[in-house]
Amino acid sequence: MEDLIAIKNLTKAYDSRHVAVNDITLTLPRGRIIGLLGPNGSGKTTLIKLINGLLTPDSGSILINGEPVGTKTKAHVAYLPDRTYLAGNRKINECLDFFGDFYADFSREKACEMLSGLKIDPAARMQTLSKGNREKVQLILVMSRNADLYVLDEPIAGVDPAARDYILRTIINNYNPGATVLISTHLIGDIEQVLDEVIFMRYGRLVLYTSVDNIREQHGKSVDAYFREVFAC
Amino acid sequence: MAWELDSERPIYAQLAEKIKMGIISGQYPAGSWLPSVRELAAEAAVNPNTMQKALTELERTGLIATRRTNGRTVTEDAALIGRLREETARELARSFLHKLGELGYDANSAAELVQGLQEREEGPGEKQTETGNESVKTDR
Repeated sequence: MEDLIAIKNLTKAYDSRHVAVNDITLTLPRGRIIGLLGPNGSGKTTLIKLINGLLTPDSGSILINGEPVGTKTKAHVAYLPDRTYLAGNRKINECLDFFGDFYADFSREKACEMLSGLKIDPAARMQTLSKGNREKVQLILVMSRNADLYVLDEPIAGVDPAARDYILRTIINNYNPGATVLISTHLIGDIEQVLDEVIFMRYGRLVLYTSVDNIREQHGKSVDAYFREVFAC
Repeated sequence: MAWELDSERPIYAQLAEKIKMGIISGQYPAGSWLPSVRELAAEAAVNPNTMQKALTELERTGLIATRRTNGRTVTEDAALIGRLREETARELARSFLHKLGELGYDANSAAELVQGLQEREEGPGEKQTETGNESVKTDR
């Protein structure tokens, strides 16, 4: 099977001094859970936005399932942005309708099951939810799609540790061998156990792409500890 | 509920070790079916690919075997399990002796220490039980 994502010499600059993504070449296989790690401002979110077609590259290319980023690829990529886009006065039920209309691969049953697992009432309006619960609802919507690629931008930053465990378990349980999950986060220690591989970025460049167990074998330390070493301030 | 893993060593190696311990201790008896990769991964709260790798590792040692597409079973070779059990026990004893050695105990005084503990726990004088057990006693 072909690679899920093939990125070639990808560059995106916001102005001449700020090159957010700098000549990245990377191919990602199917069936992996991959951490996208890097300090603030290293280009993680820009890379994610390029993968989702929210930004257009200055140069280079991205292929998903062999297709250039566009309407076709968006139907198979489930994206959790770093901020909300669901209207506050909507009820959760209405958000479920919205996702059902938008995405052919959305499973309402799955979403309802997860909502009840986290004891969130689907009749509640988004704006009445706590910040953490709002984040959970968004993640549930995204994970309830049967996509080839899940791109999660900081999915666990705002939720409590118990919900974090539930979310990670949700990601593991929904794992499908044909799909890849790309997670950007600062909370490496919390998700290290569920990752296969990690991508380290710095100043818009790719520093490292390897497996978690490789780092542990080669350096005798966790990815979290290794990250602190590589990016020591 | 996740399995406790330390942060230095490869995760798959630690998972393999835990499952091996489960087999040695009889949690997964000889000849029995193992839970699926997905179930084990969810239980341990780790990535299924990593769990897969751990199981492949154990297959290599002959401790578990794949039954076509049905899943995996623990070996029926009780002698192999017994051997691994003894090996593991020896390893634990060695590290125990090593730690006591750092405190100045030699093998003989370590043995005496163990015997002393055992006598105290099994002996008739059960007054030395910890406070945690006290409440259980009064219940009876």
